Amino acid sequence: MEQTNFQLKKQDAQSHEWDARLHRATRATREDWIGRGISYLCIGVIILVVASMLWFITSKGIATFTQNHVSLWKFLSGTNWAPDQGNIGALPMIVGSFAVTFAAAIVATPFAVGTAIFMTEISPNKGRKVLQPVIELLVGIPSVVYGFIGLAVVVPFMRHLVGGSGFGIISATFVLFVMVLPTITTMTVDSLRAVPRHYKEASLALGATRWQTVSRVILRSATPGILTAVIFGMARAFGEALAVQMVIGNAAIMPKNLISPASTLTSQLTTGIGDTIDGTLPNNALWSLALILLLMSLFFNALVRFIAKRGQLKNGR
Amino acid sequence: MLSLRSGGSTILKKRHGVTEMNKGSKLAMGIVAISLLLVGCGKATSSSSSKGSSSEALSGKVTAVGSTALQPLAAKAGANFTAKNSKVTLTVQGGGSGTGLSQVQAGAVSIGDSDIFAEEKDGIKADKLTDHKVAVVGMAPVVNKDTGIKNLKMAQLKQIFTGKITNWKEVGGKDQKIVIINRAQGSGTRATFENAVLKGTDAVKSQEQDSNGAVQKIVGSTPGAVSYLAFSYFTNKLQAVSIDGVTPTDNNVETNKWKIWSYEHMYTKGTPDKATTAFLKYMDSKTVQDSLVKDMGYISIHDMKVSKDAKGAVTQN
Repeated sequence: MEQTNFQLKKQDAQSHEWDARLHRATRATREDWIGRGISYLCIGVIILVVASMLWFITSKGIATFTQNHVSLWKFLSGTNWAPDQGNIGALPMIVGSFAVTFAAAIVATPFAVGTAIFMTEISPNKGRKVLQPVIELLVGIPSVVYGFIGLAVVVPFMRHLVGGSGFGIISATFVLFVMVLPTITTMTVDSLRAVPRHYKEASLALGATRWQTVSRVILRSATPGILTAVIFGMARAFGEALAVQMVIGNAAIMPKNLISPASTLTSQLTTGIGDTIDGTLPNNALWSLALILLLMSLFFNALVRFIAKRGQLKNGR
Repeated sequence: MLSLRSGGSTILKKRHGVTEMNKGSKLAMGIVAISLLLVGCGKATSSSSSKGSSSEALSGKVTAVGSTALQPLAAKAGANFTAKNSKVTLTVQGGGSGTGLSQVQAGAVSIGDSDIFAEEKDGIKADKLTDHKVAVVGMAPVVNKDTGIKNLKMAQLKQIFTGKITNWKEVGGKDQKIVIINRAQGSGTRATFENAVLKGTDAVKSQEQDSNGAVQKIVGSTPGAVSYLAFSYFTNKLQAVSIDGVTPTDNNVETNKWKIWSYEHMYTKGTPDKATTAFLKYMDSKTVQDSLVKDMGYISIHDMKVSKDAKGAVTQN
């Protein structure tokens, strides 16, 4: 009796020990915790940075309207930009930004889609070996280099071609075209490659020629992807500062034509920010321009998501 | 099936790669991020509390930020100064006169470099700052050589920059359209030029460039271009223009026969620390004023036979 009791106790103790050992976190589990902790920390820092930037730009950007009491409508529709005299009509810059962005996208898209078709459908081998590295190289060139080439080559060229000073929307379009081309091309290539193989096979089996297959099946089914690519390119063009600033001439006047100097939101920001004093109207007005830029990039992001959703819905059917 | 996600760019794909990174590099990244944060905080606190130590050798940290026109001189003088006082860390940065004034007002830097009087800038409490004039800069209108212009009347110059005269033939030059290139609004050089030439009238809206260097390059290469530059930026590609027969020379500035000039200021707030005081004294010394200042194309403050106050009133010394 005593013996069994003892045995039971011993068993009990043993099982407790095992219990404890089994419930203790192993080394792997602890590593897991640490890893998770660090990634949460990183995420936390990033969220904090993004949130504080949003807050900072917004609070600074709306100071023009809350502290300096400029009406929002006047800011968006006014055409006289002279912050030192208290006139802050931002329309010339808004129009300038949109003009160069759309012009660059319109010029670049056909080239990008053509290149992408060549790289995926016509000559995938050469595409991968030759064109891919070339395009990746274009991505890596810093924007100041593009701007410098623009200033040294494009501006004089435009001056000889169309007259005037050579600075203007058309020069900016030319520079931006080269800058957004790789973005649009690589993303278009990806979306063309994502077209299921059997679409192409079915089309060819029905007796369609290669051109018919590319134009009616592949391009058609990759359209949402190509649109996304174009919007990404436009977002890049819209936000580009340095290269545009060097060739557009930075005149805060409503663009009358493509060859007279104009300015964009970004070019006005980079030229003006060093000469303004914190908390004054000229400085707040520049922050308001920055706020427009921020809102536009949010808009471009939302548009990409919207198109992605629409594309998915269609394919689900 | 044809989801856009699969059609994402290579950029996006690379971003996915981050999540697949092994734990080691994640850890490393976390550590880097945290240490960056810590370093950032550390810097912010130490720079504001750096007072000269009690030891014999001069030590401490001096930061001079602002005017790009003064930057080359400040940097060169700073390098010579730290060569003699090895324990002093001296940083010279550009950023523009506005940045310099607002940073020194906020107490973020020890010296704020400016091309203009603090009184001239809205939002700066000039009575809280101490002015140290370290050099004088003369500025002159410059034109592209093709225009055939060497001399202008002050009234003509004013009419050009206000948009009343638009062709060079109206002032005795070639039949060529005038291309005005301005500096950014709020720029110290522009303020000086407009005070002396336009005297309160608004300049016509035109191209704006954000630095002397850009103006120099663009006027040199654009037919019909006119702008204004500091004397030290004259090159043989440009024609510096005399006004009413007075040539833009250092001697004419010293006697105020040439009216377009300004001081280069170094502003401090409150009582500067020992290192800053020593540096400002060094800037005013014969070593700097008689050789370095002149070598770099500025005019020595010691040579001036007149002085100008913040309102522009000139008195004989």
